[in-house]
Amino acid sequence: MAEHARHRPFSVRRIPGFTAIASLCFVLLYAPIITLVIYSFNDGESVALWEGFSWRWYESAWDNIQVQEATVRSLVIATLASGIATVVATMAAIGTTRTGAFPGRLAIYAIINQPLMVPEIVTAVALLIVFAMIKVATGYSGLAYLVAAHAAFCVPFAYLPIRARLEGMDLAYETAAADLYATPWRTFRHVTLPLMAPGIVAGAMLAFVVSLDDVVITEFVKSAGQDTLPTYMLGQLRRAVTPEVNAISTALLAVTVLLVSAFFVLSRQRR
Amino acid sequence: MTAADPARQAQPAHSPSPGEVASRAAEVRRNWLLSTPALTLLFLAASGPLLVVILYSVLTPGEYSGVVWELSGDAWYRVILHRDIFDDTVSLADAHLRIFWRSAKLSLLTTFVALIIGFPTAYFVATRPPQQRTLWLFLITIPFWTNLLIRTFAIMEVIRNEGIVNSTLMSLGVIEAPIQLLYTDTAVLIGMVYVYLPLMVLPLYASMERLDFRLVEAAYDLYATRLQVLRRVIIPLVKPGIIAGSILVFIPSLGAYVTPRVLGGGKNMMLGNLIELQFGQGRNWPLGAALSLTLLVIVMIALLVYVRNVSRSESRG
Amino acid sequence: MSWKLGGALSALVLLASAGSGMAEGELNIYNWGNYTNPELIKKFEEAHKVKVTITDYDSNTTALTKVKAGGHGFDIVVPSANYVPIFVKEGLLLETRPDQMPNFKNVDKKWVDVSWDPGRHYTVPWQWGTTGVAVNTKAYAGDPNTSAIFLDPPKELVGQVNVVPEMADVMALTIMYAGGKPCTDDKDLLRKVRDILTAAKPKWRSMDYGMTEKLSNSDVVATVNWNGSTFRARLKNPTVVYGYPKEGYPVWMDSVAVLADAKNVENAKLFQNFIMDPENAALISAFARYANGIAGSDKFMPEEMKTAPEIVVPEAYKAAGTFLPTCPKATQDLYTAIWTELQK
Repeated sequence: MAEHARHRPFSVRRIPGFTAIASLCFVLLYAPIITLVIYSFNDGESVALWEGFSWRWYESAWDNIQVQEATVRSLVIATLASGIATVVATMAAIGTTRTGAFPGRLAIYAIINQPLMVPEIVTAVALLIVFAMIKVATGYSGLAYLVAAHAAFCVPFAYLPIRARLEGMDLAYETAAADLYATPWRTFRHVTLPLMAPGIVAGAMLAFVVSLDDVVITEFVKSAGQDTLPTYMLGQLRRAVTPEVNAISTALLAVTVLLVSAFFVLSRQRR
Repeated sequence: MTAADPARQAQPAHSPSPGEVASRAAEVRRNWLLSTPALTLLFLAASGPLLVVILYSVLTPGEYSGVVWELSGDAWYRVILHRDIFDDTVSLADAHLRIFWRSAKLSLLTTFVALIIGFPTAYFVATRPPQQRTLWLFLITIPFWTNLLIRTFAIMEVIRNEGIVNSTLMSLGVIEAPIQLLYTDTAVLIGMVYVYLPLMVLPLYASMERLDFRLVEAAYDLYATRLQVLRRVIIPLVKPGIIAGSILVFIPSLGAYVTPRVLGGGKNMMLGNLIELQFGQGRNWPLGAALSLTLLVIVMIALLVYVRNVSRSESRG
Repeated sequence: MSWKLGGALSALVLLASAGSGMAEGELNIYNWGNYTNPELIKKFEEAHKVKVTITDYDSNTTALTKVKAGGHGFDIVVPSANYVPIFVKEGLLLETRPDQMPNFKNVDKKWVDVSWDPGRHYTVPWQWGTTGVAVNTKAYAGDPNTSAIFLDPPKELVGQVNVVPEMADVMALTIMYAGGKPCTDDKDLLRKVRDILTAAKPKWRSMDYGMTEKLSNSDVVATVNWNGSTFRARLKNPTVVYGYPKEGYPVWMDSVAVLADAKNVENAKLFQNFIMDPENAALISAFARYANGIAGSDKFMPEEMKTAPEIVVPEAYKAAGTFLPTCPKATQDLYTAIWTELQK
């Protein structure tokens, strides 16, 4: 580590090589996304054979109500499920960290992580059987089943980052707040929650992404007219995947990027 | 378990007073109460229905998928033992063992590589100015807004013989002929790491974000080298994040099968395929159920041992 | 920003529910993905004032499992021939008597008395096809009409072959190659089958789906494949040819059936009758590129399909085609064991 005294001022935060690896990581993350975007403009019917530029898949996606509905449905389910999962996971994380071992703590830990430990197909079949019984008994076959199933398997994905954040988080701030006669709720609202925020954001993002990606459980739980984007694609897998899905994904990416940049520009200005 | 663990510090010292016992009981009640919504949700839509799977594993397979209500230990027998269909000799189910081992190896490797790439990336994000961090986090998750299948196809497009990687390397003159990446183990590894990277980066970030750089500064003041700071200060401080990330990557990759099939060419089965085969074309639900319960038990034991050991070895404070 | 989030959420929910608005009549079709021509559906919706919803599945087993579990809300399902008897035996299908429907007269005679639904009491033909091999003649110029292409590949193709991971089709092709009949439980023959497969596997490159484009861009030069997919690949890449294995190859047909617990039975029956009209049947084929079973639909078909050797089975190879029966459980177990052994 002889070079650390060169031109750059010494920074305790810098670790040589890390920025390089991180940049490489971002390049790798986006390389497939760029091909995905390029092929959404393919004139041919393939996602791997370039036949010239055209907007045809955007037009076809624009006309394809099935795929649009599937996309919106995916987003709705992911939003609701990740919301629910994040709330319950946050509560559970507070309940299981920073306290001593108490009876059943390991059991709670095991149950919360259980969806991770069973291959999806197994949970899917089990849910199919149980939910079908409920569907027949109640006559209700709406989106709630999918939201519940997604929320459940998203819980560990939200829980683990939040827990990691909480673990070893300094109790001193909360004790200080309590010493200053803050009610437990106010302490939580103004001290604990802000401290936890990065963990919650990370957990919620993971849950959202995981829900958006799920195929197998959705395939088995969905009722008539409840295709999501991934199950719509799964149906195409055996025949041929057309760039239409690339077009949808690209549109989705574009909207996300716009929203995210708008959000950051606005928050920058307010500052 | 952490330094701020009141029970542990209190335990051997003295027998607790009645007041302490009461407040301790209240705390336990509060903890259970806080965990109840999560447990209820999981019980309704994940673990509860799994009880069905336990039941199914001891029933007889139905003629056309499903089960018949007749007890049978055959499925469990077949998880471990294999009766040759031709000469009826009984031996260890070597096909199952091999498939299990292949999946475990791939998952370990995936976790390791994801950690090597994910750690610096999370560190990079966590050391950005606070108002930029969420933006960087979004940059990491945005690629995952596109669906797994289309992402896997996109990776295939990047690494195939006429893909970006090979054509770039060839036009730069680094290689003469394209490197065959697609349908190799390397391709599967690249794909798996790609797919599971955010599961590593986000928990790591969550625990790095609160890293107290005064500790790092103190270490430098004591003439620690960068490597020593990394090993002795930073890594121990972000250990919970490393644990969470490794679990989130390792366990799901054990059951993964889309990526290995598309990028690896699917000539060799993964655990996920094996189980899926039983529930699908193989029409043997009890065997599928027994296989997945075996996986569940092994993973759970490994996880508990891992968490216990890590908690015990944690010596901060 | 919580109100913003709330607003966005409710907008999303509204959007999602807008699609499922009640029409006068409804029809829920459960079909293979990317298999239903939207034009056909639009035409049916306009003709009968019915709102049609399509939901996809990816395999016969998924469809069977879901339908059997109940509470799904589907009216129509499109199982393959070897799954129709299972659906019937499990009591999952409604006996709609398509043979008494007005358009039944259009059904090609050879598709009326089929083994899986004699006299067509339950099902109406949707599409049919064959499973054979596809070869790029640039890589191999020899005779493609044999399963040896993947079971004993010629030198040029060693290490180049793909096999679609479809257990039933691959087992059937291999059994017929070894001289047996599909669903055989003859141990000696199956031993031969296993040996052939284990010896062939090192000569394969992959076991993957999605061959239409990989054949089109020459990523794959030889593979087990379906006829319609090969046809579409050939339109892009003229050097691709389809081979009908002379040792025997599977023929399959997917048929439209109404479910026993359907809520919109009348609309479902209308649909069955609707697709037996030659012009409508031609729409089905024009989209997914497989033949249908309706006489007289050819004249409405796209020009290139009328003479395509992939779609119109050449006289010389007709005899080698067989419908796959539904194998008994014990036999199925043997096949699964060989299949697992092969991929361990």
